[in-house]
Amino acid sequence: MDRLVFDIAHLLAGGLVLVSFLLLYQDRLYALLNIYALHALVLAMSVAWQAFAQNADHLYVTAAIALAFKAILVPGALHRIIARLGIHREIETVVGIGPTMLAGIGLVALSMVVMLRVTMAADPLAREDLAFALSVVLLGLLMMVTRRNAVGQVVGFMSLENGLVLAATGAKGMPLVVEISVAFSVLIALIVIGIFLFRIRERFDTVDVQVIDRHRGERP
Amino acid sequence: MTALGVDALTAVLVIPLASAALLALLPGYRITARLNVLAALLTLLAALSLLFSARPEPGRYFLVDDLNIVFIVLNTFVAFTTSAFSAGYIAHELATGRLTPIYLRFYHAMYQVLMFAMNLTLLANNIGLMWVAVEVATLTTVLMVGIYRTPEALEAAWKYFILGSIGIALALFGTILVYMAALPVVGEGADAMVWTVLIRHVGAFDPALLNLAFVFLLLGYGTKVGLAPLHAWLPDAHAEGPTPISAVLSGLLLNVALYAVLRFKLLLAANPGAIAPGPMMMTMGLTSLVFAAFMLYRRRDIKRMFAYSSIEHMGIIAFAFGLGGPLANFAGLLHMVMHSLTKSAIFFAVGHVAQVKGSQKFADIRGLTASHPWLGWGLLIGVVAIAGLPPLGIFMSEFLVVSSTFARAPLLAIPLVLGLLVGFGALLLRLNGLAFGEPSGGTAPAGASYVPMYAHLALVLAAGVYLPPPLVDWFQNVAGLLG
Repeated sequence: MDRLVFDIAHLLAGGLVLVSFLLLYQDRLYALLNIYALHALVLAMSVAWQAFAQNADHLYVTAAIALAFKAILVPGALHRIIARLGIHREIETVVGIGPTMLAGIGLVALSMVVMLRVTMAADPLAREDLAFALSVVLLGLLMMVTRRNAVGQVVGFMSLENGLVLAATGAKGMPLVVEISVAFSVLIALIVIGIFLFRIRERFDTVDVQVIDRHRGERP
Repeated sequence: MTALGVDALTAVLVIPLASAALLALLPGYRITARLNVLAALLTLLAALSLLFSARPEPGRYFLVDDLNIVFIVLNTFVAFTTSAFSAGYIAHELATGRLTPIYLRFYHAMYQVLMFAMNLTLLANNIGLMWVAVEVATLTTVLMVGIYRTPEALEAAWKYFILGSIGIALALFGTILVYMAALPVVGEGADAMVWTVLIRHVGAFDPALLNLAFVFLLLGYGTKVGLAPLHAWLPDAHAEGPTPISAVLSGLLLNVALYAVLRFKLLLAANPGAIAPGPMMMTMGLTSLVFAAFMLYRRRDIKRMFAYSSIEHMGIIAFAFGLGGPLANFAGLLHMVMHSLTKSAIFFAVGHVAQVKGSQKFADIRGLTASHPWLGWGLLIGVVAIAGLPPLGIFMSEFLVVSSTFARAPLLAIPLVLGLLVGFGALLLRLNGLAFGEPSGGTAPAGASYVPMYAHLALVLAAGVYLPPPLVDWFQNVAGLLG
């Protein structure tokens, strides 16, 4: 039984890393948002499983927040914003997909090497969770630096934050996890509102559909 | 006596929070500005009574000890003088229409929320609570930086937001790692996040985990300190926000973030197997110092220049604390206090200058001592102080930093002195144009009170000439604690 509990936790955490990779190479904003919703869904399942495995009821609250807020509300809101601003076509990436994926693999390897070696003494479930969580965090950072537009960066940040929630729930009996996930939700809500209200003029200018189209038109 | 201490602790946190709620509801500039000053004054008095009453026992969430009381008193004092400066500054902004009444209400409420968040960070005994408080402080300052809603201000707020969020995320990962390290020794639950419990048991923690945690914490909170590779948000945030916020950012928020780093440095220092945290802080500090000193030369915007000067000084302070030992820690503490007082005085002056001249560009600001003698000479004294000339307080603290570096690590004194001299040159070069020569731009009187600025400068001068023995004892005691 223990073995099964462990394997399922492992599977879900590993799934989160996999979805992080999916996020890395999305080149359309709507697709990016859909994958992010999947990311949040996997996180919610993983947290719920941790809640079950650790008998920690308060973690179900964190899982519910992840599901309702991150998997449904935020992607929905961003969808509407993108439609309203008319920037749905494509995302400018700084680096090509190939090098980005290679860098991502390197980062995952790095976090495995670092975390597994450092946490020899810790309990194996928490240990591998932490290694996966660090991978998700690093992949989120990578995504933030390889995207040029505000929505891409925000999705990168949100996936990074999912990694942190995974780490916090993996640490057995950690207090304040619910509070921290609420605090992060406030942060994300503000960022999303910020995109809409502030319009981030300079940044959105670079993903202006017309600008991209004009470039297209000049090509032979 | 202890009951008084508990009351004072509660007051330091509750007064800002309650007045924030009140200020959000009250209309009218005159009442709210005065109420803001009053609330800051009451918080200062509460902090002083906390200083002089018996310390409450460290609880699960709050802690008052010799280290954080220095920060709290400094924090509430500068918050009070800044609120007095802000009242005059905001009146002008309202008159010129840069701020509307509704934003003004928001501004005052946010000011008090920021005070609450900073005091909470300083008083927190729980590393999770500390993290939440730093996050709240970041969010409020982001909102305040973007309050003018010009494209530049929004860009600055966005940059600060993204970089600050990454810093905060890294700090949380570090916090989780510290909890993981504490787990086998302290056991599950809230105790494993209480700082006083951690420091008691830290000797038995897994050193490898602690090392990794400190790297994340240093990078995370270091972003908020504005240390060199992670400083990019700082000049923009200082230049585009309202000047009282620049004063609070430079004078207080950077210190608060540094305080968080220091707490974790103490944890690492108490574990025999962990790496020494000092060299990492020294490297980042020196890099910040030298980098910022060179960056001072090419600035065209007066607030941006003093923002770089803040990076420079935070670098010196981080270096001094990284060097460690009683003398360097003493110098670091003194330098932190002097820098807070001087830099906020400079920003008070700069705020008035930018208002009377209608610009923040050096090209539009010349001959201040002729057109606005009080303002011009105040700014002059401030810049002379921040450049590190005797007999002002910063000279003394910088002298202590340099001399302890010569005693402990003579080779490191080379980049340190180089950075100090380069920064010194840049400041004096600019000062000449600012203060002397043919006046340019608006000559209307500033119509504001110079009391906060001169009060800070008087304190800096007094500290440079004579430090009262009780203060020296107090700082020496704290320096001893820092190891």
